[in-house]
Amino acid sequence: MSPPPSDVSVIEAPVSTDSSARPAKPAGARRIRSGPLIVGGFSVAWLTLIVLIPLAAVVVRSFEGGVDEFWNAVTNPQAVAAMRFTLIVSIVVAAIDAVMGVLIAWVLVRDEFHGKSLVNGLIDLPFALPTIVAGLTLLALYGNKSPVGINVAYTQAGVALALLFVTLPFVVRAVQPVLMSLDREAEQAAASLGAGPIYAFRRIVLPALRPAILAGVALAFGRAVGEFGAIVLISGNLPFKTEVASVFVFSRIESDATTSAAAVSVVLMAISFVMLFGISYWARRAEKA
Amino acid sequence: MGIEARNVTKRYGEFLALDDVSVAVRDGSLTALLGPSGGGKSTLLRVIAGLEEPDDGTVIIGDEEVTNHPPQRREVGFVFQHYAAFKHMSVADNVGFGLAVKKRPKSEITKKVQELLDLVGLSHLGKRYPNQLSGGQRQRMALARALAVEPQVLLLDEPFGALDARVREELRAWLRRLHDEVHVTTIFVTHDQEEALEISEQVVVINEGRVEQSAAPQEVYDNPANEFVMGFVGPVTKVGDRLVRPHDVQVFEHPGEGTQPAEVIRLARLGFEVRAELQLGEGDALSAQLSRAEADLLELAEGQIVHVRIEPVVSPSA
Amino acid sequence: MTAGRLSLRVVALGYLGLLLLVPIGMVFYRALENGIGPAWDAVTTPPAQHAFYLTCMIALIAVPLNAIFGIACAWLLARYEFRGKRLLDTIIDLPFAISPVVVGLALILVWGREGWFASTSVIFSVPGMILATIFVSLPFVVREVEPVLREEGIDQEQAAATLGANTFQILRRITLPTIRWGLTYGIILSTARALGEFGAVAIVSGKISGRTETLTLFVEDRFQSLDLAGAYAAALVLALIAVAVLALMTILQRKYKDH
Repeated sequence: MSPPPSDVSVIEAPVSTDSSARPAKPAGARRIRSGPLIVGGFSVAWLTLIVLIPLAAVVVRSFEGGVDEFWNAVTNPQAVAAMRFTLIVSIVVAAIDAVMGVLIAWVLVRDEFHGKSLVNGLIDLPFALPTIVAGLTLLALYGNKSPVGINVAYTQAGVALALLFVTLPFVVRAVQPVLMSLDREAEQAAASLGAGPIYAFRRIVLPALRPAILAGVALAFGRAVGEFGAIVLISGNLPFKTEVASVFVFSRIESDATTSAAAVSVVLMAISFVMLFGISYWARRAEKA
Repeated sequence: MGIEARNVTKRYGEFLALDDVSVAVRDGSLTALLGPSGGGKSTLLRVIAGLEEPDDGTVIIGDEEVTNHPPQRREVGFVFQHYAAFKHMSVADNVGFGLAVKKRPKSEITKKVQELLDLVGLSHLGKRYPNQLSGGQRQRMALARALAVEPQVLLLDEPFGALDARVREELRAWLRRLHDEVHVTTIFVTHDQEEALEISEQVVVINEGRVEQSAAPQEVYDNPANEFVMGFVGPVTKVGDRLVRPHDVQVFEHPGEGTQPAEVIRLARLGFEVRAELQLGEGDALSAQLSRAEADLLELAEGQIVHVRIEPVVSPSA
Repeated sequence: MTAGRLSLRVVALGYLGLLLLVPIGMVFYRALENGIGPAWDAVTTPPAQHAFYLTCMIALIAVPLNAIFGIACAWLLARYEFRGKRLLDTIIDLPFAISPVVVGLALILVWGREGWFASTSVIFSVPGMILATIFVSLPFVVREVEPVLREEGIDQEQAAATLGANTFQILRRITLPTIRWGLTYGIILSTARALGEFGAVAIVSGKISGRTETLTLFVEDRFQSLDLAGAYAAALVLALIAVAVLALMTILQRKYKDH
């Protein structure tokens, strides 16, 4: 077993400058590292209060009526419809993100044109823009009063559109750095051996991008599943048609049916956790390879 | 200030980095901790500095036991292999950092900083930033910074390891001259035996967490304590089950007292030196080192039969 | 210029234009359709002004708190190994994975009338909205500062220690200056997230106009009240802030590389 890297060693907390104030310790006794302990304690307390306790409350409430009520809540037809729609539209959106994300990243990395850096900056717009405004902007162009005659308000396509907006940056930003650091020589070697550009892309570039694409897709999917603000205006929230899981939960809360809301929330959280753990476990495996 | 480490033991999990190590360094001396990578020498240096805590043992600087003191209180100057320059500060602010921390008056700091910059040959670079300096300049800045607070002890962790060979040699000699001028007890860590032998007054050879030998450079070379030290500190060639220095292999044209016949398998001409790979009658292969003049005199050529006598001037005591 | 390359470019730019640019352009158009005057009036009504002030105030509380704890967590994660480190890592990422609606629900369950820490001054009022905002903007500072701390390594801090600096001096003179760009970037991202939060504060606030409406809630409220002019005008303000944030992000990213 090899020794740990030197950046693991500890910075000492400030100690009283008067050595006579502390009794002499026997050789080998450890100094108590007070600094990190205090910081660690505060951080844990903060996270517990802000994140852990609230989430725990949701889980606890979801089982308040026992497993039966939990099961009833999540198998409620409207809930099932909402969840099914959410999953399907999120998968579709993630798939489109994968394709368009790679394409856009490719153009941003390999192509040159005026205003490219502006376009590059634009990619982060969905991160900077409030979701409700995103929904409104799409509605302005593709809704009731659309100047181009396209109206996706109250349709499933409208929901997909809103999700495409908010998930745009994930795959692009995940793929860009990998693409930038790719060794071009491999593609050049392929070309010298007679491979066409599409073949070379498929066999050489794409495999190298695969981990990044999957990481981006997982993030996009996770985001899409929970999205609320961008969807709430454009979808019309029609139950069994355009109602997504998050809107369903919202309506349950408004009706004071918190247990039912909590149950569906738990399912949503479970899906997200699987995504999160999936990426990090798998990113670690990829790193070791 | 003399330095003493007594019975220092340090573990990282299962790995034993230092095993009951004791080292004594004379006041005002320049000492080298020499050894292979991972052998424990940097760990020992950091224990002395207070950057690592030993599991057992004591550290004494001067006449004070400092084992439980944090680095702030030990008055040690430390120079890192990769400079640890404060990138967001100018060279002058870097050098003056220790004085600013002690809240010295600004005029005093400015004066001291300039003195030190002059000392290390960076007189006009005070306003530059570390990323505008070369590696060698950065290391000299790091030294000036460490010296600014007038430490009792100066510790250098592979100070020239990140530099080019030529710069390394220059700075090595420069460090020796600096030490002659400033006289602070100095310990430096290196894996380069040439560096250790060239400038230090005392060499401590550390391997696998243990001190193999601690003596003056010539002593370590001429009377190595064991085979490891012999092999680490200079070139060796194996004859049977003995270790011999290649330049102790005497090569003659004609047989004489105590010689054996050997065939020249390969000759490598390396500028001033000639390295000959020889094969003794019984099948032992060994390496001999001759000067160009000697090789020319013997008209050495591959395939030639010569006569060798091995008279080790150096042999391990163990 | 091959046909392939050109078509890729066209598809990419076309997609971005239709999805991002043109819709944003529509907001600008719709908001200013009848001139700047009416738009200005729409965003200076008392409820609008209150929404603006409330949004800013919440951000001014939530973001610094997240910055302080972000630095603390980043420091712990970058410098130390300890049991449960991976768990800490995961918990910090949780806000990215939870739907805002679930966040709102969670806060009601803890602080609401029948909640674990039942309190009348959290839900349906500003403290609850602050808690929601803190939750959703929590990870940004940590995630931006941690890699900087990790990369810079511990050498500079140890050097400062040997030169006599105590922990506080090390923090002030070495650590904070080293992370300043990462910290700034993280604060900007955190602020953008705080300003843009909708779902969680919608649930927690009760959306009481003039009292517990943020600018995002105001946009929705105007829309549902069929006051499109008001909705677009407020959306324009938020969009302008977003563009400013984008610009800052781009500038900072370039600064990053200089160091």
